Order: sequence, then C-alpha cells, then structure tokens
Amino acid sequence: MSVKVFKTVKLFIGGAFPRTESGRVVAVKLGANEANLCVASRKDLRQAVEAAEAAAGGWAKASAYNRGQILYRAAEMIEGRRPEFAQLFADTLGWDAARANREIDAGIDAFVYYAGFTDKLSQVRGAVNPVASRHHVFTTPEPVGVVGLILPDAFSFGAMCDDLASILAGGNSVVALLPLGDGGKGGCPAVLAPLAECLATSDLPGGVVNLLTGELAELAPWFGSHMEIRALSYRHEDRATLALIQKAGVENMKRVVAYGADTPPLKRITSFMEYKTAWHPVGA
Amino acid sequence: MALEKTSAKKKKLAAPKSAAKGAAKPARGKSATHVNGEGARLATTSGRPNRFIQDYDAAPQEADFVKLKPSYGLFIGGKFMEPKSGKRFDTINPARETKIAEIADAGEADVALAVESARKAYEGVWGKMSGKERGRYLFRIARIIQERARELAVVETMDGGKPIRESRDVDVPLAAAHFFYHAGWADKLEHAFPGARVAPIGVAGQVIPWNFPLLMAAWKIAPALATGNTVVLKPAETTPLTALMLAEICQQAELPEGVVNILTGGPTAGKALVEHRGVDKVAFTGSTAVGKLIAKSVAGTDKRLTLELGGKSAHIIYEDAAIDQAVEGIVNGIFFNQGHVCCAGSRLLVEESVADEVLRKLKRRMEQIRVGDPLDKNTDIGAINSASQLETIQKLVAQARGEGAEYFQPSRFNAPKKGFWHAPCVFSNVASASTIFRTEVFGPVLAVTTFRTPAEAVAKANDTQYGLAAGIWSEKGSKIYWTASQLKAGVVWTNTYNKFDPTAPFGGFMESGYGREGGIHGLEAYLKVTGGVA
Repeated sequence: MSVKVFKTVKLFIGGAFPRTESGRVVAVKLGANEANLCVASRKDLRQAVEAAEAAAGGWAKASAYNRGQILYRAAEMIEGRRPEFAQLFADTLGWDAARANREIDAGIDAFVYYAGFTDKLSQVRGAVNPVASRHHVFTTPEPVGVVGLILPDAFSFGAMCDDLASILAGGNSVVALLPLGDGGKGGCPAVLAPLAECLATSDLPGGVVNLLTGELAELAPWFGSHMEIRALSYRHEDRATLALIQKAGVENMKRVVAYGADTPPLKRITSFMEYKTAWHPVGA
Repeated sequence: MALEKTSAKKKKLAAPKSAAKGAAKPARGKSATHVNGEGARLATTSGRPNRFIQDYDAAPQEADFVKLKPSYGLFIGGKFMEPKSGKRFDTINPARETKIAEIADAGEADVALAVESARKAYEGVWGKMSGKERGRYLFRIARIIQERARELAVVETMDGGKPIRESRDVDVPLAAAHFFYHAGWADKLEHAFPGARVAPIGVAGQVIPWNFPLLMAAWKIAPALATGNTVVLKPAETTPLTALMLAEICQQAELPEGVVNILTGGPTAGKALVEHRGVDKVAFTGSTAVGKLIAKSVAGTDKRLTLELGGKSAHIIYEDAAIDQAVEGIVNGIFFNQGHVCCAGSRLLVEESVADEVLRKLKRRMEQIRVGDPLDKNTDIGAINSASQLETIQKLVAQARGEGAEYFQPSRFNAPKKGFWHAPCVFSNVASASTIFRTEVFGPVLAVTTFRTPAEAVAKANDTQYGLAAGIWSEKGSKIYWTASQLKAGVVWTNTYNKFDPTAPFGGFMESGYGREGGIHGLEAYLKVTGGVA
C-alpha cells in the first residue's frame, strides 16, 4: 500500500484556498493523524470581507431561480462527499455512522430547503401596499450585503448548513468564522476543507462564501467593527463577546442578530434582508 | 390659559399691502404668493416686479377654540400627575417665541413609575386581552383623533411651527389612519406570519422627535398596542402638546390604565427610559448620533431595538423627466415641513443636460414659496422648530457658503422679528465630498450636483452612510425600475416624493437605522416570532 496523502486544511477566501497570511497554525487531531489548521488573522478577515464585498453585487443580482439552483447544487455536492464528512466527524468528534448521517442529512436538507426559498421570498414577505392615495406601492426584500457569521464552539453540521444557506438564500455573501475553540476540541473546524470544496464546485461565484478558522477572541472585535460587514449572525455561546460585537457594530449600525433555536426559517432569511418600498403615482 | 390671540395679531402681521388693494387672487395652489410675517415685498431685489409673484390675503386659521391647560403633568397609569422630579419647563410657539404651557420634566423616578405602570398593565390586562378587544380600543382612538382633528392640527402647528396646511392635511389624518390600520391587525396577527407563533414583547420604551410629533407618536403607539405591548412614550422636549392631547384621547377612549404612559422631558428622561431594565423593547426615531448612543446602551441586553434615524436622501432627476412636475417634487422633497424630515430629498442629482433648466425653474418656483405664520392657511414654510435647530442650520449654511458652493435664496425673504425662521435655499455646484452634500441639515437647505449617466447617478446616490429614502424622476418605466432596484434606500419615491401611508413600510438601510414602521413589516418590531414550519 502506498503512503497515504494527507489533506492540508487551509482557508477559503474569494473562491481560493490560501493559507493564513500570518503563517500561524494550530495542530488538531484528525483520527490517527494531526492537521495543522490555519489561525486566521485580522488581515485574512479583511481580505475575506473584500472578496465578499466584490462578490455581493453579482450574487444579489443573480436571478432567484439561479441562486436556488446553485444552493441545490451545494446539496448535491455534500451528498457526493458523504463518506468524507462521515469519516471526518468520526475522526474528530467520535460520531458513529448513524449520528454522522443524521447531521449530513440535516445539512443537505438545509441547502435543499433554502434553495427552494430563494424565489418565494418576495412573494411571502413582499407586499403591494393598499395606500389611501393614488399610488402603486410595493415592498420587496433585498439582501443587506456582506454578512458575518460566527459559528458556535459546539459543532452541528446541520445547523451550520442552515446558517449558511439561509443567509445565502436572501442574496447575501458571507464571511464565516469557524472557531478553533480550545485547540479545536469539541468543534470541528476542519470541516472547512470538505465544505469549502463542496461550495467551490457548486457554481457559487468565488467570494460569496468565505470560511475562516480562527480564534473567537482575536477576530470578534474586527467582525464587529468592520464597516463593510453590514449584518452579523452570532451563533456562538459566549454572551460577553456578543455584547462586545454589538457595541463595536454600532459604528455602521450593523444588524447583529443572535436568534434562538426556535426562530422560523423565513425569519432566519429576512433577518439579513432589508425591505425596500417603492412608490409610483397612478393616473392617465 | 388663554391662547394667544391669533387672528387679530395675524391680520396685522400677514396682510400684504398689495392684497389690500385687491390684487387678483390666483387659483389656490397655483402660482402662489410669497407671504411672510413682515408682509411680502413685491419687488425683486433688482427693483423689477416679478410677474410670477402675486399675493394672497392673510388666511389665518382660527385658534381661539383650542383650550389648553396652563400646565401639564406626566401621564402615568391613566392619570396626569405631578413629576416626582419637581421640575418643569416651558413649551413655546417657535413662530412667536411665546410660552404656550408649562410641561413636566420627567426624572428617573418618574420613568421608573411609568415603566412599572406599563408592566402592570401588560401583565394584568393588555397582554392577556383578546386581539379583538385590543383592536376596539385602537379603533376608538382613531375615531377620537378624527373628531378632534382640527384642534390637534392647530396645537401641532402652534407648538412645532409647521404650516397648518400640513398638520391639517398630513400629520393628523395620517395619525388617525395609523391607529385605524393597526386596530385591524390586532386580531389578525396570525395572518402576518403564517406558520409561526407570535407573542408580544412586553413593555416598549419609545422616544420620538419633534418634526412630526403626533404622527410619530401614532407610528410608535399604534403598532405596539395592536401587537399586545404596553408603552412608555417620551415626546420631544420642544413638542410635547399633541402627545399630551393623545394621552387625554386615551382617557376618552377608556383605554385601560397604564397601557399608554406619556412622559414629557428632555434627554435625561429619554436616557433613563431606554436604559431602564424593565423595558423590553426600545424604539427610537431621531438623529443617527443619538441612535448610536442608544444602540450602545442596549448592547449586551436582551432588549429589542428598532431605530429610525437620519438621512441624506438623493433625489435623481433624469433628462427625460417631466421637468415641471419634477420641480414640484423637488420643492416638496426638501421644503416640506421646513425640511425637518428625516427622508427629505436633500441631495439633488440632476442629469447634466437639463441641469440649467431644472435649476432655473426651481429658483423661479422658490420665489413663490410663502414663508411665514404657520397658522396662515397659505403658508408653505413655517417656523424652524427651535432656536437651537435654527442655529444648527445656520452654521451648516455658513460653512457651505464658506466652502464656495453657489448659494440661492428667494429674493424677498424677510424673516419676522420674532420667532425662528430660515429661508428656503439651494446650493449648486456642490462637490460630492463637501459637508453640505454629506451632512444631514434637517432644514430647508438643498444641495445640487449633476451626473451624466444613470450609473453615475446611482453611484453618487449611494455614496453615503445613510440609506433612508430616495427619489427618481423619469418618464421611462424601465429606467425607473432599474434605478429603484440599484438604490440603497428603504423608501424610493418615483415621480413623487414624501408620501406616507400606514400600509407602506417605512425605514432605512445602513446608518439610517433598522426595522420598519407601518405595513405588515412594521409589526415584526413588536412581536416575538417563533416556531413555525421547518
């Protein structure tokens, strides 16, 4: 048997797989082996936001039908890599096949579910408003732009896919932080590699999703204060860091959202959308 | 307290000399005259008569029928009471600088009492009441506002300085409409969020500005009550009277005690209210600077927050616009309510090929704007709301003139000796980076620049940290739709401007705040939405 090829886990920025510019890594256990995960820096975050900002316009302008097909394609890619994900979850988290498959199913479900939501949004949350004057007035949801996503230490593949897909469905681009936590213990930051590979092969334009592994304490303030991050989905357990991000986010009136598990899917999407109301007179 | 004698004084003030000679009256609203408190000066600065300018007789709105009290307490738990702070301040008429009434200045203890009263009403009565019954109370309030509309309009104009035409035709009818619209939602909330569960949040602390005092109170209170919350509302320091009348209307409607509490006061009361631990939801309309302070103070708490903040809204005039109509739109966009409008079209972007024509017509139209007594039914621009706001506007105008922007104001503007007044004015050849093009003035001050292509118009329009509103004028539908889709603004008026309706959501992108008010979308600000289909 030939010598096994290890996979290097890097970052996912602008559709490419760079190492952290800082050169910093942390070793985490991947089954019998170790992987050197990137510890993303503030500069990596800035580059990721730049990529997300550049990609946001095109993704927002893509037809809802097209966005739906691409999100569905992501589900297809995850399905295709099911054994790889299952092996990774077994290696890092000790999940048995049943548990791993439940999580992978949930992740696939999330992408399929939100794929089908892209072209329903303006029908279920848009409106034609019956104003008292002679005007045609309609309201449509629009993406906010670049959304930051800070994932929890406690890893759930299904929840992670739900977070990503719901933000993407509205037409936003994402910069997500997979926290390394205590050297990656308890979490699964290495999932960045197969997930990024799924997304990179889904026809998702480069930069629409950017994934970073890094330290929450180091990057949270910059997620909060970055002026191009228009909204932020905070899914981490640490409440003190949430308060810090909320304070820092005031500078650009960032929409910082920390919704609970019982938040309906539609609200998960519209939390990262703005409503635009347009008026036009009616008359011959 | 006897009200100021409006009519007698008014006649002396506003009847222009030529009008006495029986100058022909033009049709109402057309080629209007310039009347200001000193009486119009009919000759232009060049000495030649301006053929577009004709004068009206004074048309004072009667005000003697309004019975205001000499002093007002705080409205807590369904009753008016003396402030524990022991402090009071005067509310004045900004058009005359005369005292109208004495107002209680709520302190921290008063805020605590009001929040407690709102909590008690929420837990004891309002939070448990059926939507149908809540709706009944809101319908009652809507009706009483309609019945007392004339009185409310006069008081709004006296206290805030806005033209009676606007308070009568816009502020008060829209306030009633907001209550009527939301009354109907109270027992239909499940239709607003199909498949999800909705529940009220609790006690809402609401702080509103002075530019649309009654209307903003309605925007805040009606949705909060319809969704089952109780409120503590703080009106602006300079315009407390119509909110206090609304408190009386709540009494007349027999609204259960404590469901609506109204605390008059200044920044101390506002700060204490938004920071109070018993408040579950904060709603604020006002400046971006104060909005940011509130957002910081709410950070790290479980309070829900919606903010409707400042703007520097772009008004785009394409060369294929109906220019005369567009000019009316520009005037309405920036001079409505003295420009004290968060969504005022304060940045005018005109396509280069028609810029000269638009500017010429705009200036001619501005010569016809009547600045003067807000209680005169012909007045277009009333008094600036306060001395401090006037100072803010004057400073920004002086700075813009210093920076070299070209300045224009109507030739005959003569401010009355008493009161706070500012001429409607336009700065042209303004650089995109200049202060007057970037800073919210909140006064009758327009800044103009040009563009050559639709893409340039959009880029310039979006070059701001704000995102409240925008205007587009063109006769070409596809261009309008394209432009509207590109603008980062919560409200886009196309071939119209400054229109409002309770069914139409209002609110901004980016630093203009978050959340919407009005429409089905505005309900979300006052509801916990959970569960639902997965």
